[in-house]
Amino acid sequence: MNSFKETFERYDWHTLEKEIYGCTSLDVERVLAKEKITLSDFKTLISPAAKPYLEQMAQRSSALTKKRFGKTMQMYIPLYLSNECQNICTYCGFSMINNIKRKTLTDKEILDEVAYIKKLGYDHILLVTGEANRTVGVAYLKNAIALIRKHFSNISIEVQPLDQEEYETLIAEGLYAVLVYQETYHKATYRTHHPKGKKSNFDYRLLTPDRLGRAGIHKIGLGALFGLEDWRVDSFYTALHLKYLQRTYWKTKYSISFPRLRPHQGDVEPKVAMTDADLVQLICAYRLLDEDVELSMSTRESKVFRDNIINLGITSISAESKTNPGGYAVAPESLEQFEISDERSTVEITEMIQSQGYEVVWKDWDRSYLVSE
Amino acid sequence: MKDKLTIAGKSFMSRLFTGTGKFKSSENMRQAIIASKSELVTVALKRVEVHNSSDDILVHLRDNHINLLPNTSGVRSAKEAVFAAQLAREALETNWVKLEIHPDPKYLLPDPVETLRAAEELVALGFVVMPYIHADPVLCKRLEEVGVQCVMPLGAPIGSNKGIMTKDFLEIIIEQSNVPVIVDAGIGAPSHAAFAMELGADAVLVNTAIAVSDDPVAMGMAFAKAVEAGRMAYLAKLAPIQEHAAASSPLTSFLHE
Repeated sequence: MNSFKETFERYDWHTLEKEIYGCTSLDVERVLAKEKITLSDFKTLISPAAKPYLEQMAQRSSALTKKRFGKTMQMYIPLYLSNECQNICTYCGFSMINNIKRKTLTDKEILDEVAYIKKLGYDHILLVTGEANRTVGVAYLKNAIALIRKHFSNISIEVQPLDQEEYETLIAEGLYAVLVYQETYHKATYRTHHPKGKKSNFDYRLLTPDRLGRAGIHKIGLGALFGLEDWRVDSFYTALHLKYLQRTYWKTKYSISFPRLRPHQGDVEPKVAMTDADLVQLICAYRLLDEDVELSMSTRESKVFRDNIINLGITSISAESKTNPGGYAVAPESLEQFEISDERSTVEITEMIQSQGYEVVWKDWDRSYLVSE
Repeated sequence: MKDKLTIAGKSFMSRLFTGTGKFKSSENMRQAIIASKSELVTVALKRVEVHNSSDDILVHLRDNHINLLPNTSGVRSAKEAVFAAQLAREALETNWVKLEIHPDPKYLLPDPVETLRAAEELVALGFVVMPYIHADPVLCKRLEEVGVQCVMPLGAPIGSNKGIMTKDFLEIIIEQSNVPVIVDAGIGAPSHAAFAMELGADAVLVNTAIAVSDDPVAMGMAFAKAVEAGRMAYLAKLAPIQEHAAASSPLTSFLHE
């Protein structure tokens, strides 16, 4: 069976690094004058040589996004169900070796959290867990989806990678989208940051979107965790992954997220810093590469950054997120996965978005249109 | 490195495919095809005397580098197409087939529903299927999924010589396709062929424009050059059309504050 592995293995990290850092301003000008941006052009657009052209990229990204998505911004909110985890991820607050109180929400607690979230107005929810297959496995997720589905028109998950049949089970239950970030496409660095647990299997994670595509999922979210490796090369691989998936699983929608390492319990310093200007450059480069892909922004980023990024290519945004299980209503004081940066309320965020001339969209999907085959 | 086109494991040096219809004589056809350097020539099964090995068209195309590609032109349904393809396999000793199903006798526009059905069946029967279709990106993906070896979207109505009227759709097809994209139908001039190749098409199929020109041999040669030039330009990457965007209010000034 074909998979992303064959495509992935055709590229070499160091060659890509050399190509990206070897781009010149002439290359950038040539690419910016083109109507269609290819994957190879994407390398040029994320190169240091493109930095002086950031304003031009931003104008084009802004215009393309408005053309395709209109002046709208999709709202979503994460719901952390559990911080139990049998993986060691050096950068994560939920890592198995961190001595924190572990919690997995009960049915009643889930519904209490949902009641709080519904009052804020959300209709798209993202369920998040660590990886603890015995307690928070497919059965738990299936139950959680069944429990909340009447309250939301769109349910996404960001949990451990699963098998194709397991995804099929959850899709039948009402799952719409799955977010699965590779963290880094650099195999050796991946191994360093994920020394133990199921997550240490690089290939299983790498091929998760293939399993999702075969399972017929509606939407797949991709991304790399910026800070583990050179963000430029990791982003090229992410874009390569995106293009492969679009060609192969062409009925599925895709979104890209841009998590930068945030402070958390058990700190690891970012190996490669990514500045605000770098992140703007990357977001614009994605938009120039692909007019249709959803670009998502979390509360990891600062108020000023988020206020300004609304116009630049982002199409969905979260607000008021809590990254600890029970964080909204059940146990607001428990330990977070990472500290969020923009702590404004949902009302403040929606007002900020509207003041820039954008409509806030709570719902753009309804499960009731689905007919099971 | 030789820039070869490969379909179903077979390599082609020439990215110009031709046809056998509308020539004033079989000899003229033979000379024009040789001049075009085409290595794949489609022949309408309905014109071939399947049980007569001295058939005029076939005799004139017995040449080492020319491969015959039977087409199912004339059939109106998937059922008829599958039957015709099986006859062709027997008569021409090739499992390659250009799948054409056009129930409409006036514009000869392909029937997408019957084509998809027939493609699926023919792939299962072991054929190398080359479907002639509308420039419909979704249909191309559906055909790819049932296992066709290439797709042949039309550039304009067949025989119209109008050129690449379906550019926007061809671009999407080329971007998304995992199998070779061969622009078929509508190419009326070498410049049209070059344009299709510049867009990134893997090959083009030209028949009428060569066959009905005043000098098919010279026109075959002209198309050969145009296809080569277009391919070369595609590989060398065209220089961009320069646009000067007027700067509106700055979007990135917050980064410098």
